[in-house]
Amino acid sequence: MATTGLPTAPDVWRWLETVPDPEIPVVSLVDLGIIRDVEIADDAVVVTVTPTYSGCPATSVISLDIEARLKSEGVDKLRIERRLSPPWTTDWISQEGRLKLRAYGIAPPIDGTNADGFARRRAGALLGDNFVVACPKCNSNETTKISQFGSTPCKAHYRCKTCLEPFDYFKCI
Amino acid sequence: MSAAQAPAPQQALHEALLRIGDSTLILGHRVSEWCGHSPVLEEDIALANVALDLIGQTQLWLGLAGEVEGAGRSADALAYRRDAAQFRNLLIAERPNGDFGMTLMRQYLFDAYHMLLLQRLTASSDPRVAAIAAKAAKEVAYHLERSADLVVRLGDGTEESRRRMQTALDELWSYTGEFFIADAIDEAMADAAIMPHPASLKDAWLAEVSATLSEATLKVPASTYAHKGGRRGVHSEHLGHLLANMQFLQRAYPTAVW
Ligand SMILES: [Zn+2]
Repeated sequence: MATTGLPTAPDVWRWLETVPDPEIPVVSLVDLGIIRDVEIADDAVVVTVTPTYSGCPATSVISLDIEARLKSEGVDKLRIERRLSPPWTTDWISQEGRLKLRAYGIAPPIDGTNADGFARRRAGALLGDNFVVACPKCNSNETTKISQFGSTPCKAHYRCKTCLEPFDYFKCI
Repeated sequence: MSAAQAPAPQQALHEALLRIGDSTLILGHRVSEWCGHSPVLEEDIALANVALDLIGQTQLWLGLAGEVEGAGRSADALAYRRDAAQFRNLLIAERPNGDFGMTLMRQYLFDAYHMLLLQRLTASSDPRVAAIAAKAAKEVAYHLERSADLVVRLGDGTEESRRRMQTALDELWSYTGEFFIADAIDEAMADAAIMPHPASLKDAWLAEVSATLSEATLKVPASTYAHKGGRRGVHSEHLGHLLANMQFLQRAYPTAVW
């Protein structure tokens, strides 16, 4: 560690990789892609975070968790900054994060399937989604969307027609 | 000087931001009233999530409105410590929930407008406005797909569901004209390329809504009468009741924190 008492940026990234997301604790904040920047400024460590959804109730918990984790490594000069632009996208979820989601029973986002608000009619009315979400438990492609919104705004609710289990799909945004 | 009628730029921006943020706040609160009362669990969850998105967006819009105002008012202060006449939301947002069909039709008519508005706001000359719009647009895209889908399913559904959806459409249609009516504040925002001119959204909205309603086998009302006034603080009695509920805690215990 540097003699100034401040760690290096790679140290901070490594520590943040061990901070779980409060709502989906199998993935870390780094896996989720919400840590946008770590900077070692003259006087403090500056961590820049972007929200997943604007109404995400976990936002303040995430800041507290970052603070607690860095404090446990002796960092007491910390600034957490919020960055809105560019908006968070599920494309930023790491490959490792996607594997962890799947192992946890949440189907990971399928890149390039963001809703644009008008896709429903373009894809043909009532034909449903124009992409297939594989069941995270049995891998079957025979699944059906129950609801656009699941247990949190970031997830949709699906059911597998093969193993009959319900599951969450991490919607692409 | 003829410019005496035109609002000062910062004041106009503050007002214009209140119009967006108050509409998402009041509609978000209305939708949240369904929590625990929906016809099926999936819809209860969906409604709660839509409400959460709208209230999250409100924090961003009203946060910026407070910043632009420069009087030290936070998003919370604006939401909880203003009276009805100081609210600038669209009247459709404060309409009572009615039955599930009424709530859903209100949501669809608003979502289609909201989506088009946000898409245009992502090109705002004010980067703060563009950033919030880009964030919100991703969320609203899912709101619109859900509400359009359900309007079609219930419109083109049973005799009873179709009757309820048509009743909702007939009642709410006269609240959609307000989306497109401009005043000096809107003109100032459009001139500065900060926000689109409200009238410029009308054709795209009507095209989207007509297509969906036709698919839903519902009849678009012929009347062009428009209730208006919400965006300049003239509200129905419904808003006062909603605020009494929403603001009670912060008014009774002004320093309360969780
Ligand atoms: Zn399965």
